[in-house]
Amino acid sequence: MLTTHKSSSFQFLARATTAFLSSILPSAPPVPLRLALRQNPIPLIAIHDWRSDGGVDRREAERGGRAMKQTAPQQPNRQAYTAFRSSPGVLFWSAVHVLCCLLSAAAGFRFSRLLFLLLFSPSPPSSSSLHHRHLLRQPPPAVLPSPSPPPPHIHLPPPPPAAASNRVVVGRHGIRVRPWPHPNAADVARAHEILARVQQEQRRRYGVKDPRPVLVVTPTYARTFQALHLTGLLHSLMLVPHPLTWLVVEAGGVSNETAALLARSRLPVVHLPFHEQMPIRWHDRHRLEARMRLHALRVIREKQLDGIIVFADESNVHRLELFDEVQKVEWMGALSVGILTHSQREGEKGQSPLPIQGPACNASGHLIGWHTFNNLPYAKKAAAFVGDGATVLPMKLEWAGFVMNSRLLWREAEEKPGWVRDLDEVGINGEEIESPLDLLKDASSVEPLGNCGKKVLLWWLRAEARFDSRFPARWVIDPPLEIIVPAKRTPWPEAPPDLPFQVIADDEDHVEVHPSKKTRSSRSKRISRKKKKRETHVDAQVSDLFNRQEK
Amino acid sequence: MGSGTWILALLVLQSVFDGIYGLEQEVNRRTERISGSAGDVLEDDPVGRLKVFVYELPSKYNKKILHKDPRCLNHMFAAEIYMHRFLLSSPVRTLNPEEADWFYAPVYTTCDLTPSGLPLPFKSPRMMRSAIELISTNWPYWNRTEGADHFFVVPHDFGACFHYQEETAIERGILHLLKRATLVQTFGQRNHVCLKDGSITIPPYAPPQKMQTHLIPPDTPRSIFVYFRGLFYDVGNDPEGGYYARGARASVWENFKNNPLFDISTDHPTTYYEDMQRAVFCLCPLGWAPWSPRLVEAVVFGCIPVVIADDIVLPFADAIPWEEIGVFVAEEDVPKLDTILTSIPIEVILRKQRLLANPSMKQAMLFPQPAQPGDAFHQILNGLARKLPHDEGVFLKPGQKILNWTAGPVGDLKPW
Repeated sequence: MLTTHKSSSFQFLARATTAFLSSILPSAPPVPLRLALRQNPIPLIAIHDWRSDGGVDRREAERGGRAMKQTAPQQPNRQAYTAFRSSPGVLFWSAVHVLCCLLSAAAGFRFSRLLFLLLFSPSPPSSSSLHHRHLLRQPPPAVLPSPSPPPPHIHLPPPPPAAASNRVVVGRHGIRVRPWPHPNAADVARAHEILARVQQEQRRRYGVKDPRPVLVVTPTYARTFQALHLTGLLHSLMLVPHPLTWLVVEAGGVSNETAALLARSRLPVVHLPFHEQMPIRWHDRHRLEARMRLHALRVIREKQLDGIIVFADESNVHRLELFDEVQKVEWMGALSVGILTHSQREGEKGQSPLPIQGPACNASGHLIGWHTFNNLPYAKKAAAFVGDGATVLPMKLEWAGFVMNSRLLWREAEEKPGWVRDLDEVGINGEEIESPLDLLKDASSVEPLGNCGKKVLLWWLRAEARFDSRFPARWVIDPPLEIIVPAKRTPWPEAPPDLPFQVIADDEDHVEVHPSKKTRSSRSKRISRKKKKRETHVDAQVSDLFNRQEK
Repeated sequence: MGSGTWILALLVLQSVFDGIYGLEQEVNRRTERISGSAGDVLEDDPVGRLKVFVYELPSKYNKKILHKDPRCLNHMFAAEIYMHRFLLSSPVRTLNPEEADWFYAPVYTTCDLTPSGLPLPFKSPRMMRSAIELISTNWPYWNRTEGADHFFVVPHDFGACFHYQEETAIERGILHLLKRATLVQTFGQRNHVCLKDGSITIPPYAPPQKMQTHLIPPDTPRSIFVYFRGLFYDVGNDPEGGYYARGARASVWENFKNNPLFDISTDHPTTYYEDMQRAVFCLCPLGWAPWSPRLVEAVVFGCIPVVIADDIVLPFADAIPWEEIGVFVAEEDVPKLDTILTSIPIEVILRKQRLLANPSMKQAMLFPQPAQPGDAFHQILNGLARKLPHDEGVFLKPGQKILNWTAGPVGDLKPW
């Protein structure tokens, strides 16, 4: 197909040039020239040196071609040429000639380049037939579809050229776009496998050698947001590349909710019951959590579990680099924890930096103290009980910021340092354990991790629903509800009912409760007002949609 | 008892050797030795294998030009300047031209820069010609071989064709007077007028200190599949499209702009080097010329180069087995690029990364100051040493003349 196409174009142009030449050079014999042209276009260069004349002669050749197109003699022969020259229509043809001159001047350089390529390019291989077709179609099609589906089995392409006769052609090329330029699902899946394998290899070469197992201690209890927080932590732990044991201590005993959530992970979980209910007030809750963690530590000691203990609270956010960093700990390490207490509101100015709890180092990298959380700005806004909507404050030093080697807890371990207290003596007689530093006699031997506390590898966050909020068991409504009514208002009334804790609060003489009560109700009024506004807005939108649909 | 102790001793020795062998295997598994078609030559030492004589040209050919525009030290054509400086203080330099194997004339032909920093090649042919005339009149060594044992560094777009536009460069061809000399150039394309047989292809200059300061820890996971930053359409010089990069870059954009595996854009991020270290494949498509500093950056940062340039000749092609290190994609296969890259077997990819991690590979692509063993300067000298001894055609018989001193475009014959 290509060769006939080429030969027809050559014939056309050959005729064009012969016509032009015969009009200019009376002595030039057209017939042998025509024959020569049909066989081999190269002699044209000898007769008609386009290179020194630049683009001018090419344009004239094309002009002649256009003239020939007008006359369209199907079988040009000698008689036709002589007849043409002596006809009285010479004036008409020279006018056409001038018109074509102007046209080609307007079309400009591009068309003559086209001619040049068609006439003078060496035998182009089939790959550049694409180029020729494209050029003849007179752009601008910037996009040329190449309808080739990817072959099912692709060999690794050898370095070019596979065919040594290919010459890279200079000039204008088409832009190849496949018919559907979107990602192919199979390719994306394979690419992700490749990435996973490359990263695994990287970890093998540059990452932690001989990783020690990690023991994760998490206190929890069944409540509305437990599924949210625990699933997040579960997913983070599933991505940890090191051997892991998860000790989950549940207040109120082992519940089906928690057990169902934990069973979804394929991690080795030790589900420990703790037979006390989680209190409502935050202060008491922090204390109970500390006791639950101690309980887990005792279990570690009894079972002689080996590894690095990480205190991962459910609602905290952990980076995976945390679990690589803690491999560096020898006995006890401290990390920087970013505290997320509240989100910035839009009107607030003066962006305070993220408060960070953690080790403080001097210039040579030695631990000299601790950064703790500054409670003062939040004194009046602190939350007292779970789910009251105010800012929850962390303790001075959170448990999450410490990691320890489990051998510190064992009864007999070689090289156990002397600055750690025996676990049996801790927590008895109502001793308050606020942070793991209370487990030590001497806090100065704690190792600062994460580039001496400069890297924040986890963030502390507490967000809870109202403690009396209900949720369906295992977050499944089965069987599905029969009657479903779209809610126009929230199901909860504007003012909360008289809750039992309020009675307790009134009894105890806490100042915080009264202002918080006021603020809470005002806030809830604000919230409900906002909800109303949103509802009207939503209604307006819905009515708009209806109107549009009706039209 | 005696035989028992012998057996025990043998076992101990065997375990020791196994341990050492295992360690060696471990080390070998991290990186692999690189040997190209010329053999395992990346770490060869050129000292003692060749002698180079450096012509003392007047400073108008080198120092004065550099003094006029010190930007020449930082652009990608700076290899010519650094090669001169390296040779001046190198042990391969000889002050006795009679014992020299190779002769070098330091002409900074690429140091005539526009205000935006691009080199203009219009005066370069005349400058080179003037330098050669000087050499041939003041020393007898040019005339006895007509330049066949001389080498020149011509790092511009199309080498000694001295033009940035490919068609004009092809028309000009290599400067006639350099017909017999060895050219050290960045341009390399098979079956092209501007690459003559026996040329040494070198990488473009990339600033080594700048790349060193942007290194990130190697355990940062590589999470970008394909990375590219640069132009896809050159609207200034090629408004219609289709000329720039022979349409290959535009094809990459049109096919893969929606593909999340391809992190490609025309941005100039400050984290460009860091991002390359987080990518598995880095595209190195052709632009107006087939070579680009992206290849050097990809090799230094351990990102597998995906070369999209038909018939390209890569730097030190006889010393470095580029087919084993990079991926070559024909320009017509660009629409299938994602399928091609994802169907490379994972062992091949890991092997390429191991080869790239070899420090001698990275060293061979760089021009550090001061020079270090195994760097690009040494690879150039190794390449010149491999061309020794000169064959008989190099030395001309008395009265034999090959070069035509009046050949070439008329404009080149004017004095510089």
